[in-house]
Amino acid sequence: MGDVAERLYLRRRITSVVALVMSAAAAMFGLFWLVWILWTTIRKGLPNLNAALFTQMTPPPNEPGGIANALFGSLVISLLAILIGTPIGVAAGTYLAEYARNRKLGEAIRFVNDILLSAPSIVLGLFVYTLVVLPTGHFSAAAGAIALAFVALPVIVRTTDEMLRLVPAAMREAALSLGIPQWKVTVQVLYRAALPGIVTGVLLALARISGETAPLLFTAYSNQFWSTDLTQPMANVPMVVFQYAMSPYDSWNAMAWAGALVVMVFVLLLGLVARALLLRRKMSHE
Amino acid sequence: MLNSIKLRIAALALGATLAANAQATDVTGAGASFIFPVMTKWSADYAKASGNKVNYQSIGSGGGIAQIKAGTVDFGSSDAPLPPDELAAAGLAQFPSAIGGVVPVVTLAGVAPGQLRLTGPVLADIFLGKLTKWNDPAIAALNPELKLPEQRITVVHRSDGSGTTFNFVNYLAKVSPEWKQKPGEGTTVVWPTGIGGKGNEGVAAYVKQIKGGIGYVELSYALQNKMSYVSMQNAAGKWVQPNDESFAAAAASADWKSAQDFHLVMTNAPGDASWPIAATNFILVYKQPKDAARGKAVTDFFTWVYANGREQATALHYVPLPEALVAQIEAYWAANIK
Amino acid sequence: MNAAAPTAGPLVPEARAGRDARADALFRGLVTTAGIFVLLALVGAALSMAWGGREAFARFGFGFFTSSTWDVGAGEFGALVPIFGTVVTATIALAIAVPVSFGIALFLTEVAPPWLRTPVASAIELLAGIPSIIYGMWGLFVLAPYLGEHVYPWVDEHLGKLPVVGAFFAGPPLGIGMLTAGLVLAVMVIPFIASVMREVFLTVPTRLKESAYALGSTTWEVVWDIVLPYTRSAVIGGIFLGLGRALGETMAVTFVIGNAYAVSASLLEPGTSIASAIANEFAEAVDPLHRSALLALGFVLFLLTFVVLVIARLMLRQLKRREGT
Repeated sequence: MGDVAERLYLRRRITSVVALVMSAAAAMFGLFWLVWILWTTIRKGLPNLNAALFTQMTPPPNEPGGIANALFGSLVISLLAILIGTPIGVAAGTYLAEYARNRKLGEAIRFVNDILLSAPSIVLGLFVYTLVVLPTGHFSAAAGAIALAFVALPVIVRTTDEMLRLVPAAMREAALSLGIPQWKVTVQVLYRAALPGIVTGVLLALARISGETAPLLFTAYSNQFWSTDLTQPMANVPMVVFQYAMSPYDSWNAMAWAGALVVMVFVLLLGLVARALLLRRKMSHE
Repeated sequence: MLNSIKLRIAALALGATLAANAQATDVTGAGASFIFPVMTKWSADYAKASGNKVNYQSIGSGGGIAQIKAGTVDFGSSDAPLPPDELAAAGLAQFPSAIGGVVPVVTLAGVAPGQLRLTGPVLADIFLGKLTKWNDPAIAALNPELKLPEQRITVVHRSDGSGTTFNFVNYLAKVSPEWKQKPGEGTTVVWPTGIGGKGNEGVAAYVKQIKGGIGYVELSYALQNKMSYVSMQNAAGKWVQPNDESFAAAAASADWKSAQDFHLVMTNAPGDASWPIAATNFILVYKQPKDAARGKAVTDFFTWVYANGREQATALHYVPLPEALVAQIEAYWAANIK
Repeated sequence: MNAAAPTAGPLVPEARAGRDARADALFRGLVTTAGIFVLLALVGAALSMAWGGREAFARFGFGFFTSSTWDVGAGEFGALVPIFGTVVTATIALAIAVPVSFGIALFLTEVAPPWLRTPVASAIELLAGIPSIIYGMWGLFVLAPYLGEHVYPWVDEHLGKLPVVGAFFAGPPLGIGMLTAGLVLAVMVIPFIASVMREVFLTVPTRLKESAYALGSTTWEVVWDIVLPYTRSAVIGGIFLGLGRALGETMAVTFVIGNAYAVSASLLEPGTSIASAIANEFAEAVDPLHRSALLALGFVLFLLTFVVLVIARLMLRQLKRREGT
């Protein structure tokens, strides 16, 4: 009797240990891909990373040069997208968290926003092409920024919504009981309390749009030269990486990998910073 | 804090907008990826010479046609010429920019570039899926000195619509009645067999990876990737290698004089030295541009290209247009573009 | 009006109340507009696809979904092959990603020493941040050649001869095809599914788990009998979230799927997906009907992901409800 129980217990223990070892193996498996992809990009990108990459313009094949114009363009387009997406996103997030709790419209918007968060970005690119490029008659950095703003928007809406809802109700009630109007409470009390969270959302949105290629294909397009005109096509890193990676020339391929490395490092750093902000916030809440 | 960040960003964006000006004659072009490398070279040199910037982006021939028709670019570019009636309907003019060639490439153990010999009909049969092994008698008969393995033939074609495909299948349709009837012609066709790679680079990567693979790419891709290109029998029955001379020979033998709006596909060109799958890239512009200054900037650029861009083209394995053709184009501009 | 001026001494209560009410209404209007804008963005995107695809829908009707012909030259378009490829690659991706993600979540919540959890979780989440074009370049230039040379010949030789499932694995070891596309997709969706699973596993009340442990349960039994049943709907929601990603992924798939319009039982054979068909052909589509058919495809993809994501969100919401009670 005791023997049977013993054996049964042993078997249960073994099953458990096997399952746990498998889970560790799964984690290793996940990390394995990460390391492989990072390693590939670093191995192919790092040797081509040099000062010229950041200071010179995109060159013709087999000539020295850099992607300075594309880096600048990506910066301008992404920041402009954030500039468009942030006010709308924060406002919509505020509506969801502060004005539409338990209301049907709020539920619907939250639902749609979550779907927008995962919608294929090529769809948004085509949408902005019909919305902006066709009526204005030409490709422009502004159109690219609008397309990316649509990608960034749901990220900002969601984090704002979540972060505002994390603010303790007592804070709201205390402020309201002093007779301060709701909008002032929101702007001066709640935003202040949720600021690190909202900034995190904006950073995550920036990380998300920095590597996007598909929405730019039919909007910002690209430019061989340094351009600062928002109404004209502007170079950007993802498009240049795509074009150069697909070309037959070694010099262009090398630059594509270097550009890919720059984008990846940028995106990963943003992700890390955002995560650190979020972590600190969570800890301070606990 | 957020406000101050926003302000700074706003100031930056505003500064960027204000800094933009005085680029009155910058023009934008879009289309075939085939001429993208040489276009970047031309426009970089042209910017140095004249101060005017020409921004060309490769979005594909179909995209080039669509964008010029939508009026979102100053010129479009296509590897397939538009027929004169379609040009007239859209108010467009058309002229050639540069010449290149499509080259069949293979990966076969012990076969060096230029060694394998194929005729048009045999190439068509391979792409029809009728010949499935490399030691098929039809292929062996053309290559008595090669030891071809009993290996499965894997056809690699373009997955995206492309001018390269257009010229390649146009040639197959000219030499194989069966091809003309079944898959037919176009920038994309229904492929009877094989796998599709995205872009020239996708096809090159697939062919290199697959033992027994055969695909088609532009010459510069074959050379840069050190692939085994194929020697072809041309319309005159002569064996030719793909290179600048055989492309130029094809261009010289083409009958441009009687082609209205330069509507001419150069495949299966006559002439002893002609490469059979030579290709031309075409530029599309409005006959009456909305903005005359930008319209003139486009023709100015190509005038410069024809006169000063020949060496750059040759260095990148394109063939500059023959002198006679350039004269014909300039006369065409005078007659058609207001 | 005078009272409303900011410099006017002590405010008359009613005037201040009135001003505050107006400001409040304005603010409320502003944020409500922003909220509705989000709603309109999705509707707009959907409508622009449906409108663009109207010609193809009108021409082919329901046949658009059942025809396997995609002939640009003849102007015949049917969406069956891309839909098939999309579903098959997404299924492969989930078949790999779900068990792996579950393992990762288990590792991060129950197995790993606490100091290791955050770094590993962050590292896995970094996978989600890598731009998809880098996945594509890596897939085409690194992964596909490796699989074609070292893995698929073995798969063809050994798995291809098995009864029943053999048909899935017999085929030329090209390195590209639906299995490779599924694998790349799996790597791309693992971080999404794993992070949802980890999050919901953490919501299981400690006292539930502690009671089970106190009764002598092993760690595995706690996970299988307590944690999983407690979080089932959210776990399914997380899986559907990953599925939504896998269905719509464009760039990475286009590079490695092989892009052939053919329905094949063998997963080693090339296929095509909706997103890759659009990415491949949209730029070169001159014929209006072709363009329309591609936009119609985009609309189909939109509907497909929409349904999947709706299911995902409904499932995830159930958990939130229970958390609330």
